Amino acid sequence: MLCERCQERTAEVHLTTIENDEMATVHLCAKCAEGQGISFTAAASAPLADFLAQISGGAEELPQGVRGEPCPYCGNSSDDFRRTGRLGCPECYAHFEGQLRGLLRRIHGSTQHVGRLYLGAGTGAEDRHTKLRSLRLRLDRAVELEDFEAAAELRDQIHLLEGSER
Amino acid sequence: MTGGNGAGSTPTRVEDRGTSWLDASGSDHEIVLSTRVRLARNLQGYVFSVRAGAEDRLGILDRVRGALAATGRLEEGGVLWEMADLEPVDRRLLHERHIVSRELIGPDDGTPPVGAALAITSSGPCGLMINEEDHLRLQSLRNGMELEAAWGEVSALDEALGRELPFAFHHEFGFLTCCPTNVGTGLRASVLLHLPGLVLTKEISKVLQGISQVGLTYRGLYGEGSDIVGNFFQISNQTTLGKSESDLVDHLREIVGQVVEYEKRARAVLLREAPNVLEDKVWRAYGILRHARSLSFDETMNLLSGVRLGLTLKLLRTPRVRTLNEIMIFAQSAHLERRAGRTLDEGDADVYRASLVRERLAAESGDGSSPGEPRPDADKSTR
Repeated sequence: MLCERCQERTAEVHLTTIENDEMATVHLCAKCAEGQGISFTAAASAPLADFLAQISGGAEELPQGVRGEPCPYCGNSSDDFRRTGRLGCPECYAHFEGQLRGLLRRIHGSTQHVGRLYLGAGTGAEDRHTKLRSLRLRLDRAVELEDFEAAAELRDQIHLLEGSER
Repeated sequence: MTGGNGAGSTPTRVEDRGTSWLDASGSDHEIVLSTRVRLARNLQGYVFSVRAGAEDRLGILDRVRGALAATGRLEEGGVLWEMADLEPVDRRLLHERHIVSRELIGPDDGTPPVGAALAITSSGPCGLMINEEDHLRLQSLRNGMELEAAWGEVSALDEALGRELPFAFHHEFGFLTCCPTNVGTGLRASVLLHLPGLVLTKEISKVLQGISQVGLTYRGLYGEGSDIVGNFFQISNQTTLGKSESDLVDHLREIVGQVVEYEKRARAVLLREAPNVLEDKVWRAYGILRHARSLSFDETMNLLSGVRLGLTLKLLRTPRVRTLNEIMIFAQSAHLERRAGRTLDEGDADVYRASLVRERLAAESGDGSSPGEPRPDADKSTR
């Protein structure tokens, strides 16, 4: 689809607006969108990359990795991440952990998973024991941070898991 | 490729799958077209799909295939289709049915990504995409407002596969995903709503603003970046981390319930304040669909919206909601090409679309009549 304005470049921004209660959709190339003062963050097809671009002023929030090095497992660099909004492998989360925490807090309002527990493939009693220990550590941390909602969830999960041990 | 019921008939089988969610059987199905719940999962020990080479991607596909077989999910009607094994028109067909993403099928004129595959399990309308942005995207798509049922299905599949496969999981961040916007639960629940009442009463912007303020987001018919057509809005959870799956699903259900109530009220207001305008709009839409000789997809969607509204307000007695759902899907380009047996340019597609719509509506018109003129070549057998 061509940009509606210049009719030359490919439309990359598909923006649905509601003005005076009338809905309209415009299809623009990145350049024309910028010329129109349309915030790319709200409109683009790779929202996270643009979100990252928007907050790049606060560069400390971006994953820099240990000493700014790329992930040793997959080679994903903080530049790759900034450009695509995508991480390279599960290990990236550990490698960029400190910096990701700030970003996750901005996106989700939290860094603490409180949903389904994964005990691992072929789960046995030993895994459960490890998981309980990890949960108790997370509970201590949540209490320390006075995140009582997360603490309550974690407590529920611990009870659940203790129950399944019996 | 797994399965293969002879006659080199992959196309037939593709045509037979992925439409159960159109059957107008779910709760509030007149306003809620569909409910989808998906979970993103990745395998420990592999790089994410975006960075994975062919060997890794095929290795992942093999492992998932093995796990599905071990759980018995491919028996009795379960299928696993590699995108590369399907004809291009069938890949697009699945996309038009909202069963696979654009990312999974790749560009229309190119080859699909290596190892990209779709599995539909034997137990109900549940399945998974393999080698999408995440290694696994488990999904359930159902008609109407059926969040619990959809979540229940996906949840059971997740537990079963999780016993066979080593999912990437972090003690703090939860299930790890390629994009940090999906990390934690990996859950995206979405509901596709038809909201012409709120659009016509110009209340929609307030509702959409409200939705964004309570941690939800809205999109068009085809997800991220797609236009709003036919007054369809897809509402889903925005965040995936810091809340449990059931909290995310409950919250969405509660808010969607409110939106459905607002929509019902808006329709009642329209019926009370402007019955003639409304009735005219509905019958005009029906009239054009019954008789037009060329229809673009967007026009069709907008007219179907009018007919759907008329049907739920009892201004029209036919067609059935299910028929409208089917027209919405079958009037898209890959479906029309499958029906025509050849590729269609835009002009041809518009003519075929109009023909399909006339035929479907005439079949249910009550008076049994079909449009007065001879039909184009699309289907001569029904007259």
